[in-house]
Amino acid sequence: MSQFMTTFGIWLGAFFTISIFSFLYKDNPFYKLAEQIFVGLSAGYWFIYTIYSILIPNLFGKILSDFNSNIMLLIPALLGMMMLIRLIPKLEWISRYPIALVIGTSAGISMLRYTQSDVLSQVAATMINPLGMNTIGEKIGSFILIIGTVCVIMYFYFSRKQEGILGATSKFGIWFLMISFGASFGYTVMARISLLIGRLQFLLGDWLHIIKP
Amino acid sequence: MKRFLPLMVTFFIGIIVISSEFIPHKPFSSINAGLENWFLIISGFAILLGQISLIKVNSNKVYIKAENWQYYLIGLISFGVMVLCGILWGTQDANGILGSHVDLSKWLGSKPFVYLFDNVYQHLSSTMFALLAFFIASAAYRAFIMRSFESNLLMIAAVVVMLGRTTIGTSFTAWLPQGWRFLHLPDVANFVMNYPTNAAQRAIMISAALGIVGSSLRILLGIERSYLGGGD
Amino acid sequence: MSTPKTSKPIDRRYIFLILLIGVALPLIFPLGFKSEVSDISRQVYQLIENTPENSIMLMSFDYDPATNTELQPMAKAIIEHAFRRNHKIIAVALWPQGVQMADQAFEYILEKYPDKKYGIDYVNMGFKTGGMVTIQAMGRNIKDVLPKDTKNTPFEEIELLRNVRNYKQIAYVISLSAGDPGLKQYVMAAHDMYKVKVSGGTTAVSTPGFIPYINDQNQLYGLLGGLKGAAEYESMIKVKGTATSGMDAQSVAHILIILFIVMGNIRAFKDKNQKA
Repeated sequence: MSQFMTTFGIWLGAFFTISIFSFLYKDNPFYKLAEQIFVGLSAGYWFIYTIYSILIPNLFGKILSDFNSNIMLLIPALLGMMMLIRLIPKLEWISRYPIALVIGTSAGISMLRYTQSDVLSQVAATMINPLGMNTIGEKIGSFILIIGTVCVIMYFYFSRKQEGILGATSKFGIWFLMISFGASFGYTVMARISLLIGRLQFLLGDWLHIIKP
Repeated sequence: MKRFLPLMVTFFIGIIVISSEFIPHKPFSSINAGLENWFLIISGFAILLGQISLIKVNSNKVYIKAENWQYYLIGLISFGVMVLCGILWGTQDANGILGSHVDLSKWLGSKPFVYLFDNVYQHLSSTMFALLAFFIASAAYRAFIMRSFESNLLMIAAVVVMLGRTTIGTSFTAWLPQGWRFLHLPDVANFVMNYPTNAAQRAIMISAALGIVGSSLRILLGIERSYLGGGD
Repeated sequence: MSTPKTSKPIDRRYIFLILLIGVALPLIFPLGFKSEVSDISRQVYQLIENTPENSIMLMSFDYDPATNTELQPMAKAIIEHAFRRNHKIIAVALWPQGVQMADQAFEYILEKYPDKKYGIDYVNMGFKTGGMVTIQAMGRNIKDVLPKDTKNTPFEEIELLRNVRNYKQIAYVISLSAGDPGLKQYVMAAHDMYKVKVSGGTTAVSTPGFIPYINDQNQLYGLLGGLKGAAEYESMIKVKGTATSGMDAQSVAHILIILFIVMGNIRAFKDKNQKA
């Protein structure tokens, strides 16, 4: 029976794959059905894993196994319940407290981490000596890296009208941005095609056995 | 008062988190450690809230028999089936309230929750995003037009990266003699990625980070309050 | 008054069909082009290769089945390489679906390495929400964040975790990431705060955004970008997996997209001339 159910599962997968691909021709009931099943299963999956992976081990499990040591966990438990009260429109204001805690923590941590990782470290990583590089390619590249970074930052400086030196550098910055967007487009194509390849590997391999899965 | 107190909570929590970075000693470090664990738990409840809200909205659509309500009903049933399978028989490793139910797992080849994930959810999720491959091909034909010097730069970079990051692109220029290797497509693509693209991405990163720092400050100082929602 | 004539664009469904055939044919009839390994992919390989045996790595599965094709081959290849080097793996997931992806990857690799034991050589600690805050919390005390594994075994009863307190006992972190939370948060919280080595792989879409982290500050030790990155890793560990077999189809599809761009431009050029 297990063998039958495995085969049935593959056919089920193929049915839903084709149902979604059918949207490429035009919108139809099969697509709508698959779409809503996807939404439902996705929400169910998140629900179950939140309970099994977070609320049981990190909250209820700890409280039940050693109440005295984990008595402080009653506070996030209460705040969590207050969060759920948001579902009752009249009492929505109660949920502001857990939201305030979450936002306060995130804002504080984001401020610190983004300053360190995306500002200070990036500025430090741009302070390189191009002439100290090994090859001519690296030397030219390092110059491009420094000039490009400065010019694009100038382009993002909106507090002054972009004319004169600022206008010229920001114009140069646009060119760098365009190259970057082009590269990003190339990578986006690569990503989307990869996903299609994955689907065809399933249909042609696991389902139709035309290729080796 | 219903808005003032939460604003004060945000401010003090933010100050504690920031202080603990510069004063990594008690009480700041221990309060911060506690906050981090609380954050994890409250976020868990926030996820549940999201799922329940989704169900509430969809149930309402079914109740008022909105357009396509039958499909929303199927969505709700799918949610119910997934949750029920998870609660009754558990996930791949964890047991549900009925235990692992070995007979059923033997019959299906895996637990019902895992069976649904492997054979339905996984395919739906992958295919939904695979659709984008077709739309990007269509967009390439319709919208990727050379109109200015800037758009030419964009296109050249895109073509170089698309060719340079594939096996076929490698073979196009594999015959180049050693002195001309700098024109080898994968090397050109690497150069484009490592220098001009890196420069632009770094500048975007620095600028966006400054924006995030600014927004965080606005939140902590109570200037930005939209996260508290409307009402008093 | 007559409006200038413009050429009629091709029905997009023909474009869809051409792309479908263009991707399917190389999968059925492989072309066998050779791939070159980029420096950033090699750095990931070298990080694992040069880390001493019996080291512990934290592997984070931060993706869902939507990006399975790109990231799952990376997961399999990295687990295989780590097992060959006798590294021990602590698997976690910042995305709930990552738990299942981790199970699938381990299940696949265990067929090749049946001697590797759960709880001794690898362990799956499940999904944790909270992103950067959770990663930061692991730096203080991993047990607080990961009190039990997915089988509900308490942290202290898992042999692999016996001496693990925080990132100090972790040799390196690998995050396979399809977005936020993921690799970016590990760079920010695990590397930049606790100085643990961080590396990983991302979908091709997000690859350009991670390039600035590969710098002399060593914020990121290399990066596997998309299916190509996965194929490069497979070639480095000498395994022919799904990423390698998909690269021919990828190549043909890219050529097709370039052809579509050329055709679109010819049409636009013709229209412009007619209008003039």
